[in-house]
Amino acid sequence: MFKKKENIKIGFYGPPNAGKTSLANRICKDWTGEEIGMVSKIPHETRHVQFREKVEIKHKGKILTFKLVDTPGIATKIDYEEFIQFGLKKGDAKKRAKEATQGIIESIQWLDDMEAIVVVLDASENPYSQVNITIIGNIVARKIPVLIVANKIDLKKADIKKVEAAFPEYDVVGISAKDGINMEEFYESLFKLAKKA
Amino acid sequence: MKNKKLHGLSLQVIPFAEIEKMGISERVKKILNLVLGNRIVIIHGRLRAEEEARLIEDTMAMVDHIKGFKGIELAVIEPNMKDRGMFDKMRYNLAKSLVGDSAALTVIGPSSVVKEIRRDPKKIELLLS
Repeated sequence: MFKKKENIKIGFYGPPNAGKTSLANRICKDWTGEEIGMVSKIPHETRHVQFREKVEIKHKGKILTFKLVDTPGIATKIDYEEFIQFGLKKGDAKKRAKEATQGIIESIQWLDDMEAIVVVLDASENPYSQVNITIIGNIVARKIPVLIVANKIDLKKADIKKVEAAFPEYDVVGISAKDGINMEEFYESLFKLAKKA
Repeated sequence: MKNKKLHGLSLQVIPFAEIEKMGISERVKKILNLVLGNRIVIIHGRLRAEEEARLIEDTMAMVDHIKGFKGIELAVIEPNMKDRGMFDKMRYNLAKSLVGDSAALTVIGPSSVVKEIRRDPKKIELLLS
């Protein structure tokens, strides 16, 4: 007999500044009333894995309960000077860089614990980056079901078709987490994802 | 291994056979040691997804501990890479000229060096001449 899975762990992965926490905040605000973390234009705002237990979503008469795991953005390089350009003082920039490196390690180590993963990409950026390919390659290698979110479709430069063309084997849904555009389709896709877990 | 050098910048080509029998830790360690020596490493073939993730993990641990090291640029380049930028195509042509045709090539370098090449791509042309 099959038992229905409850409180599955769904990880939010992606490169820095793609909008993982914005999407996690949107979901948590919609369904729990509280946001999960801070967002910023400065990359690597999320430097520790943060999670919310038992997020319950109701959609078209169905209920999905899951543990939302928001992870720090994965990158292959961290340069504190980049943070100085955003106006941070040298000491703060160095501290942020140190925490960001540890955050990336943490993100990768949490991969094995995930039962399903939402990869959040910035639809206005080139989807063919090696980090995107490495993240998705690792999810597939671990046989974890994946949904790709092309975020920031409110931006003029956003191109969902390019994201779909880059990852033709996977479900891609275009949204704007900031403006709440196309969230219904996202929730529909999230239910489908959870079913595969 | 072939090794070309110019103004402190050097390329190191590793045939896949050379790292094929190594375990993941040894393989990543070898690559990172070369990258820390300011070399751009070209592997004839590609790493497994888990090895790429381990490479990023170990790189981040080193960024935290080695002064001046800011990370790596990693690119797996396939011959049929449509929609890729000029920089990727340039890297592929460069790598191909060193190792010959291949199904895939992996290029790994210190991010500071790759940043320098982006600023002045002529450095690569000089390296090949």
